Amino acid sequence: MPLTHLERLEAESIHILREVVAECERPVMLYSIGKDSAVMLHLALKAFHPAKPPFPLLHVDTTWKFREMIEFRDRRVAELGLELIVHINPEGVARGINPITHGSQIHTDVMKTQALKQALDQYAFDAAFGGARRDEEKSRAKERIFSFRSAQHRWDPKRQRPELWRLYNARKNKGESLRVFPLSNWTELDVWQYIYRENIPIVPLYFARPRPVVRRDGTLIMVDDARLPLAPGERPVMRKVRFRTLGCYPLTGAIESSAETLPAIIQEMLLTTTSERQGRVIDHDAAASMEKKKQEGYF
Amino acid sequence: MAHRSELIAADILRYLDSQESKSLLRFMTCGSVDDGKSTLIGRLLYESKLIFEDQLATLAADSKKVGTQGDELDLALLVDGLAAEREQGITIDVAYRFFSTERRKFIVADTPGHEQYTRNMVTAASNSDAAVVLIDARKGVLTQTRRHSYILSLLGVRHIALAVNKMDQVGFAESVFDAIVDEYRKFASEIGITDVTPIPLSALKGDNVTSPSANTPWYPGPTLMGHLETLAVDELLGERPFRFPVQWVNRPHQDFRGYAGLIVSGSVRTGDRVRTLPSGRTSSVARIIGPKGDLERAVAGQSVTLTMADEIDVSRGDVLAPADSPPAIADQFQASVIWMHEEPMLPGRPYILKMGTRTVTASITSPRYKVNVNTLEHLAAKQLELNEIGVCNLSLDQPVPFDAYAENRDMGGFVLIDRLNNDTLGAGLIHFALRRAENIHWQALDVNKIARARLKGQRSCILWFTGLSGAGKSTIANLIERRLLALGRHTYLLDGDNVRHGLNKDLGFTDADRVENIRRVAEVARLMVDAGLIVIVSFISPFRSERRMARELVAPGEFLEVFVDTPLAEAEKRDVKGLYAKARRGELKNFTGIDSPYERPEQAEIRIDTTQVGPEEGAQAVITALEEAGILLPATNENWSL
Repeated sequence: MPLTHLERLEAESIHILREVVAECERPVMLYSIGKDSAVMLHLALKAFHPAKPPFPLLHVDTTWKFREMIEFRDRRVAELGLELIVHINPEGVARGINPITHGSQIHTDVMKTQALKQALDQYAFDAAFGGARRDEEKSRAKERIFSFRSAQHRWDPKRQRPELWRLYNARKNKGESLRVFPLSNWTELDVWQYIYRENIPIVPLYFARPRPVVRRDGTLIMVDDARLPLAPGERPVMRKVRFRTLGCYPLTGAIESSAETLPAIIQEMLLTTTSERQGRVIDHDAAASMEKKKQEGYF
Repeated sequence: MAHRSELIAADILRYLDSQESKSLLRFMTCGSVDDGKSTLIGRLLYESKLIFEDQLATLAADSKKVGTQGDELDLALLVDGLAAEREQGITIDVAYRFFSTERRKFIVADTPGHEQYTRNMVTAASNSDAAVVLIDARKGVLTQTRRHSYILSLLGVRHIALAVNKMDQVGFAESVFDAIVDEYRKFASEIGITDVTPIPLSALKGDNVTSPSANTPWYPGPTLMGHLETLAVDELLGERPFRFPVQWVNRPHQDFRGYAGLIVSGSVRTGDRVRTLPSGRTSSVARIIGPKGDLERAVAGQSVTLTMADEIDVSRGDVLAPADSPPAIADQFQASVIWMHEEPMLPGRPYILKMGTRTVTASITSPRYKVNVNTLEHLAAKQLELNEIGVCNLSLDQPVPFDAYAENRDMGGFVLIDRLNNDTLGAGLIHFALRRAENIHWQALDVNKIARARLKGQRSCILWFTGLSGAGKSTIANLIERRLLALGRHTYLLDGDNVRHGLNKDLGFTDADRVENIRRVAEVARLMVDAGLIVIVSFISPFRSERRMARELVAPGEFLEVFVDTPLAEAEKRDVKGLYAKARRGELKNFTGIDSPYERPEQAEIRIDTTQVGPEEGAQAVITALEEAGILLPATNENWSL
């Protein structure tokens, strides 16, 4: 009986996780609290069992994440007894950078891209696991599983190393680092199927529930706290919504849904007609924007 | 999506169960820019309804702006990636696409058909179970079709779907199809490809892609999608002997010691007798820990952790195999090498070799020949350039367990890595071990290096002078030897010019010859260190790589690099031998500093800046360094023991 597609993906991801731990000095797992991170963490628990994953988790907190994400994060880390590093860009905080007055681009650059580089430098991590998938976006289709970054964290499309068989080149000089994507070959559907099969805990925001929202430029934005300014006369209304991706709440569009269970989410996804990233406000820029962000050091 | 919408809507749980048993196929597509490769992949994505409305809207807009299909959708744009490439209208790297049907999930490696991108095709082929070879029905079997097929056969991709595309352009003529198929089969069998499934199609119009075309009533075979869905590929792997390269030793506490890895072939049961390679020790498997807990048996493709019944020493890089059918062990091989970097492969230069989970140092002899991938002719070669494929002998610094690549990809495929900047430079496929290695043993000698050096009242070492031609290396080296002689020490000076009159008179000044020049001198210096001498080497030795190789031939502390630092302008001004003037006139090729590079040392033990100090002072600095390093201490000192 040949392995099923999920078994093969699982085995490949575990192999990648172990390879980094065997070859790198100080790896870290970027934990963004979303469903992809949940799967990546689950795979790490399996890869090193009965040991705990021999690396800390790093959450780059923009201070604008949904409150439920932070609660979920702290609960999971406590349950599993793992080390969690939370990094917030202190300069960004001092300058009062936020998505509302500065817009998604500056906010993401300062609080996410720059913050990530700060954290990697501060703790001298030489390899960072990320949950990105090749099916998410066109420029990611060509990304290596082991993505080499210069000492300035830049991604140079010309210096990416060929990856043959299961041989990953994890060698680097001092200051250089790797971003490693164990879920490269998973699709959104694979991720959901695996969460279902393995019963992996995910943030409740993925499930439909009545939540207070306002409509901005055709997108439903949840009013997660008092920091979201309301226009004169604007009132949050309760709608039954859920989220297909999670990020900073003012930048993340909700969808109206009645899917309260995993099978219902998968059902809705299979019957739906818009792609996953449409809910992310940062992607509405030019089609090639992700490639540009990646060269600058965004995951 | 191409999933059964009714079932999804009516009974999602039953649908999810049905998805549990899907298999995975990794395949690649080969063809040139004009064969409609991107269009075909776009078509597969489109037909499997994996394109969402918002993506369709973007596609429609892009099709109008940069498309080649007028007002119609240009499906090729779905698979175009990086911005620069989009503007050029060609794909220039390996891109991975995903789609799935009821039976299977597919990962497609999309590779370019351009002449210079052998590298990308090899990369894609290394991870493909099958390939779709596209042929333009109007053009038939082309040179590049042969090239692609040769690479597929070399990399062991055995299942070929021959997609004869653009059948609409030839009126769906059966005779055209048959002629192409006959020609291809003849060629394929010559290079060992036997499993060929020819399919007439039109990627642009969709004929025979997912549903049988009414335009080809004469064709009884499967559609392309139907073929890919049913192709059986990985059953052979499970029948081969068990191979388990150990990735990581899992040791959370005293009572547990497990070996983590991915089973690359065969299967294993608890209780099986296994042998650890290269040590050869045997034990039996106590536990198999899989992703869902303990297993009785695990098979090829699974990532597991094994524990052994006995305490045996196993570490990363070792291979576990059945006690009665272990892989062979060797340190010299014949292999096909595919070069993937702008810096050419230089015979004799040490490279890092990674195979399985083991990393060693390897050097390559001159290629026996290189292969013209268009004609399959064997050509003489001194080195390998980017995108060249050659057959070479490799020599490793330690024996490794292996199987021939043709038997086992994971046990016989390796990559070569640069020792300084860590770029992946090339890939190789082991054909067989060279028997020589088994027959030449080290002769153990009773009188050793320390004893010989002690008799001379010294510790032996290499003083390695490097610097531009005319920097003053020989002058300073000469002074030092005279002083050491006066101190009663035993020395020998190896001078670049002198050695080229004898030992190395067959070598010129190409990069490859320079590497060989230094390799021989380093080996001679090593023998002299073994003889107990203080060896002074005075060579331009322009490349870091070879200086490092020389350093690693002797024990730590036995190699002192002396950088005679004279700026090019200064050396050229002095021009003692008139060589710079000749080089500038173009009468001397490959002259270091002029048209051949000099890589400055980064961590020389001693640097002599000749614009600041004269030869006498420079020589004194070296003598002082020798004293500080304990090379010149009195004969009875116990510190000598290495």
